[in-house]
Order: sequence, then structure tokens, then C-alpha cells
Amino acid sequence: MLRGSKRPSRGGFRAVTVLSLLLAACTAGCGSTDREDAAAPDVLTLATTTSTDNSGLLAQIHPDFEKRTGIKVKVVAKGTGASLQLARDGNADVVLVHAPGLERKFVEKGYGVKRHPVMYNDFVIIGPKSDPAGITNAENPAHALMLIADAEHDFVSRGDQSGTHEKEQYLWAITGNYAEPDPETFVLRPTGDWYLSIGQGMGKTISVATEKQAYTLADRGTYYAFALSEPARTDLAILYEGGDDLHNPYSVIAVSPNKHPGVNFEAATKYIEWITSADVQEMIGQYTVQGKMLFHSM
Amino acid sequence: MLLDALRNAIRLIFSLDAEVIEYAQRSLSIAGLSTLIASLLGIPLGILIAEHEFRGKRAVVTVLNTLLALPTVVVGLFVYMLLSRTGPLGPLQLLFTVPGIVIGEVLLILPIVTAFTLTAVARTDRDVRKTALATGANTRQVLWTVFRESRFGVTAAVIAAFGRVVSEVGVAMILGGNVDRFTRTLTTATVQHVDMGNFALALALGLVLLAVSLSINVLFQLIQGGQK
Repeated sequence: MLRGSKRPSRGGFRAVTVLSLLLAACTAGCGSTDREDAAAPDVLTLATTTSTDNSGLLAQIHPDFEKRTGIKVKVVAKGTGASLQLARDGNADVVLVHAPGLERKFVEKGYGVKRHPVMYNDFVIIGPKSDPAGITNAENPAHALMLIADAEHDFVSRGDQSGTHEKEQYLWAITGNYAEPDPETFVLRPTGDWYLSIGQGMGKTISVATEKQAYTLADRGTYYAFALSEPARTDLAILYEGGDDLHNPYSVIAVSPNKHPGVNFEAATKYIEWITSADVQEMIGQYTVQGKMLFHSM
Repeated sequence: MLLDALRNAIRLIFSLDAEVIEYAQRSLSIAGLSTLIASLLGIPLGILIAEHEFRGKRAVVTVLNTLLALPTVVVGLFVYMLLSRTGPLGPLQLLFTVPGIVIGEVLLILPIVTAFTLTAVARTDRDVRKTALATGANTRQVLWTVFRESRFGVTAAVIAAFGRVVSEVGVAMILGGNVDRFTRTLTTATVQHVDMGNFALALALGLVLLAVSLSINVLFQLIQGGQK
């Protein structure tokens, strides 16, 4: 488009050569790792949520599994919805997720073999310390959301079909007509301008809520990771906690070899036996960040 | 899987999905506004640098050319820190808003508009200036003549800048935050749906993005053709 640009310069040729060499080197490199994975049967792909991965728990306990079995664990951390999709497409061998409703469907449709409870923690409603909507005195978590809706104070939603998003929709459902289902996706949400659905992970959601001084629903582990880090990455406080409605159970499910014969079912079975064993359950219960316990064993 | 996704993508596009249209409109208005602002600043700046000899001109040109490859995430991060609640521009509350994104995009493409304009102007014939001066034109009239002569290259600068904004995701994601109904664009929505495993929808958004870029380019080509 620029005049005279049709004449390729020597520099241009050199740049192209360097670029192609770089590309070739990269493809060769990436290709070889792929082959290693295929040749070695002792790699297990675990699809899990950002909350478990961000908490540092897996990095703490996985070396024990690798030492005992010689199987390397490849952790892919996404939201629960995306993790289950990875598994449905046969791109994971085992999932560790926290959305009981989605998990049941996953097993019923034959993609997963069986749900095994692993651990639990809970969700908390966090927001600005001044608590402008006054949710500290709410009777239950759904009432807390109703108070936020009444005050029309900013609320940030994961909006990504993760376990946390599923829990949030469950709470909106209890509030009755405070939220309406989207006609296409059936996602339940309030219609006001104060409701911000960002379609991203837990960490990003807490960051946006902090910037906007908004309320949000967070899992306790990720919240602690943000609030207790040095320097603290959020100044939001826990304003509502406790009760059965905020219970957050995690399950592990092996991907069915009937749907995807290529999955490493043997390693997945070993992983489930291992993570539900008494030893590992004790390790999970003892895992703390800055002195705070993040998960309870079953 | 790819075929299914492709089929779903095409269906979504032709059903003129309301969300897809909303994201496309937002992407286009952000790109249009940023390109307009960057052009108003960058074209005069490019002409001024090209038409004046001063100490350190070579250094300025080198810096400009380096900034052509400015990484979107760096611009996004820099502006984020400016607009953040605790940052110097925090009181304006522009983070996670469309104007916030536009600020980042303008910074991203200003070097593109300036550098391309500079190159285009520097390449215009010396005779254009002499003729203009000979006919008694003042400095402003000479600059205007030079601009008219280099309009072909300047249009290319504007197209490149627009294309950069419409297709980039770093600035839009960091400064916009992908907030539904407020700052979600074609590119940030695509990233979100890839992360969520909704590949059909992601692919549909990607195809819409391609279609948008294509139509804009065709449009500019027509404008350029009309100028010849």
C-alpha cells in the first residue's frame, strides 16, 4: 500500500529467514514434547478449577502421587464448566471440580464413571468494608443478594458457568423474582446495570470487584490467597459467611474409557484411590496458607 | 468437532444473534473512535516531524518505529495502573469502561498513524513543495498540499490503525474487563468462550471478526480507488 513497498529489501529477506528458522525450531520443540507424551503412558491429565490450582494445594500434594506411582500429573486449570467440556472432548483423563449439578449430568450422560467426594470448603460473600448494602445482618446468603439488589450496589458475577457461577445462580433462584433466566442460555441473572457479568476466572473477578468496590461471591481459598498475600491484592472483606447454602464440595471423576478409549483410565483410577486415601485426606486437611485452613477433608 | 463447530458458527452468524451483533457494534465503535482520535493527533504529528529538520530527528523516528511493535498487554497494563482506583487518574472511574479502552487503544495506534504518515509524507516529491512555494503558498498551505499529495499513504496508516484495534485483545481485556453489556467486545468474548469450552460460539465470533475486518478493508480500498 505504501509506495515503493513492492521492492523487497535485503533486510526484509533476512527477517523472513530468521523468522522461519525460529518457527521451525519452535515446531520441532513442540512436536517432540507431544511425542514424549504419547509414548509414555505414565502421564495423567487432570482438568480442574482455577480455585484448586491457585490455592497451591495440588502443587503441595502431587509430588507424593508422582513418587508413589511414577505417574506425572499434568494440571489444566479452568472453570468447572470448561474442565468438564475438556473431559467430554476426551482431552482429560480425570476431573477435580465443584459443581454437583453439572457433575451429576456429566456422569448420567456416560462421560464420567463415578463421582468421588474429595474435600470441601465454602463460599463467602465479599464486599467493601463499609458494607453499603448492609448484608452483614442478612438472614441467609440469598437474603444477602436481595439486599445488594435492593441497594442496586455493584455486584460482579463470574458469568462463566463455573462451579462458583452455578452456586451464585442457585442463590438467585432462591430469591425468587429478583433474577430472570436469559431466554437463550437460561442463565439466571438480575437485569440491573449494577450486575456485572465478566465471564472470567475467580482471581480476575475479585480484582474487578476490588476496583469497583463491588460485592461478589468467592470461594474462601481464592479470597484468602488475595486478601492475605503480601501486599494484599484485595481490600474487600468477608461480609457474609456460613450456612449450608454456601457449602462447596469438590469431587473427582474419572473420564469413561467407553466414551474415549484413548484416555488413561488406569492412571485415573490410581489417582482417585490415592486422593481419597486416608494419608492424602490428612494432607489436604492440614494444608494451610498464612495459617488459614483452605479445605476440609471428607 | 471442528466441522460441528463450523456449522454452528455459520448458523449463529446468519441468525444474527443479538449478542454477536452487540459485540460487533461495540468493537466497531471502539475502533472507530480510537482511530479518529489517533488520526487527529497522529497525522499532523507525522507531517510536522517529516517536514522539519531538527536535532535528534533520527532518534525520534527510531523510537516511533520501535513503538510500532508496542505489545498490547504492556499498553493495557500501563493504562490500567493509571486508571486504577489507586492510580493518578483513579477518580475519573474509567477502568472497565469503553472510554477507558479507547484511551489504551489510542496509545497503541498513535505510533502507527504517526510513523506511517511520516513515511508517506517523506516520500512525496520535493517538487510538490517547490511548486507550492513558487505559487506563493504560505507554510500552512504547503503542509496542506503535502498532506493532499501523501493522502494515499495516510489512508493506509488509518486502515492499519483501525485493523490493529479491531483485532487486538490485550488492551480490550485488561482495560475493559469483558463486562457483559458494558465492555465485552468480539475479541474478549472470543477469549471467554474459548476458556469456557464453547468452541462453536468462539469460532462464530472469530468469523464475525474476520468478516468485519474484511468489509472495512474493502470499504477503504474503495475510498482509495476513488482518490486515484
